[in-house]
Amino acid sequence: MLRRAIENLGSRTIDGVWRIGFAARFFVAVLLHSGTAFRRFGLTIREMYFSGVLSLIIILVSGLFVGMVLGLQGYETLQTYGSEEALGILVALSLVRELGPVVAALLFASRAGSAITAEIGLMKATEQLTAMEMMAVNPIARVIAPRFWAGVISMPFLAALFSAMGIFGGYLVGVQLIGVDEGAFWSQMQSAVDFEEDILNGIIKSVVFGVAITAIALFEGYDAPPTAEGVSGATTRTVVTSSLAVLALDFVLTAFMFRGV
Amino acid sequence: MTASNNDRFDSVQDDALVEIRDVVFGYGARPVLQGINLTARRGQVVAIMGSSGCGKTTLLRLIGGQVRATQGTVRVAGESLGELDAEGLYRLRRRMGMLFQFGALFTDITVFDNVAYPLREHTDLAEETIRDLVLMKLNAVGLTGAADLMPSALSGGMARRVALARAIALDPMLVMYDEPFAGLDPISLGVTGNLIRRLTDTLGLTSLVVTHDVQESLKIVDYVYFVSAGVIVAEGTAAEILASDLPYVHQFVHGEADGPVPFHYQAPAYAEDLGLRSSRA
Amino acid sequence: MSKTVLDLWVGLFVIAGIAALLFLALKVGSMTAVNVGNSYEVVARFDNIGGLKPRAPVKSAGVVVGRVASIQFDNETYEAAVTLRIDKRYQFPKDTSAAIMTSGLLGEQYIGLEAGGDDKMLKDRDRIFLTQSAVVLENLIGHLIYGKAQEGAPQ
Ligand SMILES: Nc1ncnc2c1ncn2[C@@H]1O[C@H](COP(=O)(O)OP(=O)(O)O)[C@@H](O)[C@H]1O
Ligand SMILES: [Mg+2]
Repeated sequence: MLRRAIENLGSRTIDGVWRIGFAARFFVAVLLHSGTAFRRFGLTIREMYFSGVLSLIIILVSGLFVGMVLGLQGYETLQTYGSEEALGILVALSLVRELGPVVAALLFASRAGSAITAEIGLMKATEQLTAMEMMAVNPIARVIAPRFWAGVISMPFLAALFSAMGIFGGYLVGVQLIGVDEGAFWSQMQSAVDFEEDILNGIIKSVVFGVAITAIALFEGYDAPPTAEGVSGATTRTVVTSSLAVLALDFVLTAFMFRGV
Repeated sequence: MTASNNDRFDSVQDDALVEIRDVVFGYGARPVLQGINLTARRGQVVAIMGSSGCGKTTLLRLIGGQVRATQGTVRVAGESLGELDAEGLYRLRRRMGMLFQFGALFTDITVFDNVAYPLREHTDLAEETIRDLVLMKLNAVGLTGAADLMPSALSGGMARRVALARAIALDPMLVMYDEPFAGLDPISLGVTGNLIRRLTDTLGLTSLVVTHDVQESLKIVDYVYFVSAGVIVAEGTAAEILASDLPYVHQFVHGEADGPVPFHYQAPAYAEDLGLRSSRA
Repeated sequence: MSKTVLDLWVGLFVIAGIAALLFLALKVGSMTAVNVGNSYEVVARFDNIGGLKPRAPVKSAGVVVGRVASIQFDNETYEAAVTLRIDKRYQFPKDTSAAIMTSGLLGEQYIGLEAGGDDKMLKDRDRIFLTQSAVVLENLIGHLIYGKAQEGAPQ
């Protein structure tokens, strides 16, 4: 009984380590075969449609609502200290530094990441990837790399759109609805939000998240057992793993970027 | 015919497109092929037969270079696959076509684009030339009318014919078919069989057909190999096979339930499983 | 979906994304952050910088003319050495004074420059000698309570 448990643990550990090694090799192979994704940029553009454009609606709508909630809640809190004018700062900094990159990434993971995993997993299960290899076409270069770069390029745009939409939502609620002074809203925001410190760091975050999510999604699809359960399990794992990865990376990046400054 | 007679081909080696010599292969520790010898000469339709799970698909994977033999050599067009690097392998694969069991068509693009795929990937032909070529290949499999359909709108037999058109798009020297007859109605069966024979003859291909449909394939093949337990147990021309009285071949050709190939997968005796003492040992 | 329609959508997506980035950079943040190429640095030493932080604004007559580039502690004089990065467009006389001020009662701290009357202008790597430290509220209150107000505003 105990022995079996230990054996089980051992083999799971070995499996895990093996998978990490395979994932690392996969990632290196994707980077090495990225030439095609740029030489034939049409391939990447096509994938940007599926991961970027199709995620637009959910990103824009969520951004608007998150910003509107920030406007309401922020006003409630700031009002007690008589500093409603700082609403612009609060909304903008929360969005640009944290909520924009993180929430956009979480939405991207569940909208585009899961789709990528399911697609690659099914392509593998129906032998499309093998067929490609037998046609002397490298699936890593032709299928995986364009999706990877499309995700990496789309993510910062999506995060920026989320933040912009959120700030607009905060403006709608704060200025138009509640009546915070419009001039103060924007000018305080401008003087407090630093380009490098806040906006650039937010963009860097979203690029890192884009790399993490697409790499995880592609790997899970590529590694999925070629069965219906295999693909569905891999899709779930993509959403769970990449969401956790986004939150953990966010902590690490925030600690590096805004530490003690 | 005899159980093994490689010697008779060694004299005509330049004629051999695919040569497999003493190949041993296994997935992990589990051996699948244990010393296979096989030759396919140019212009022939060669069938590889054997019961399910005996390693026929694995054999095709070896020839396509998807897996490498642990021992022995696999030669295609004179090149030893074990010694090729990735680039050499891809160069060789451009001259091979493979028809997968379920077609393996790209489901996100139309039939036309599927057939055009290898042309667009490997040539710089003008879109008009590609169009002509694709329609010609589709015509060869009798599916010009399906050019604008998505693969999901095709029946199993049609999908396989489209896959065949795609496999021959680059005019390969070798086409491998993995179970082209499985799950087809009798008419499609005949159509597919004739198609393989006709394409082989008109395009000057060599065809390797993995199948367990004995009756249909014996009508079209030049030479047959029987695989069992990881080795070639019998080989010969269609006529020789039909006339053979080797028990294994006889059982296979005439579809008898029991014979040298047991009905049961290797397992401890059923009685032992039930916890009883086996009387048979 | 035909290839051109798809390209069009992706094009719109990229344009919208860039527009959003520009909106963030120009309207939300102040892209006017002084960049290294068009600026010069001067050092000012303070006894006490209070809550001053790197990147805090440097203002003159209420206009932002630069930012605090870095803050170091000088272990020999026990002073804070604050490097100011000032936009090249704004030139100040050599005897300009720097003071650490607070916007509002509890707001963020910034450095205020008050121009002097010297003919020579401050150059890169120069030092501002006239400085006024931050007003530390606790000290001020302490001074008031213990009647030591005559020691006055911190020098
Ligand atoms: N990728 C694989 N990994 C491990 N074992 C495999 C793999 N593919 C096939 N096998 C095993 O190898 C044996 C031969 O398989 P295959 O060549 O597909 O047989 P078939 O003659 O039916 O085409 C089977 O027992 C199968 O279980
Ligand atoms: Mg098979």
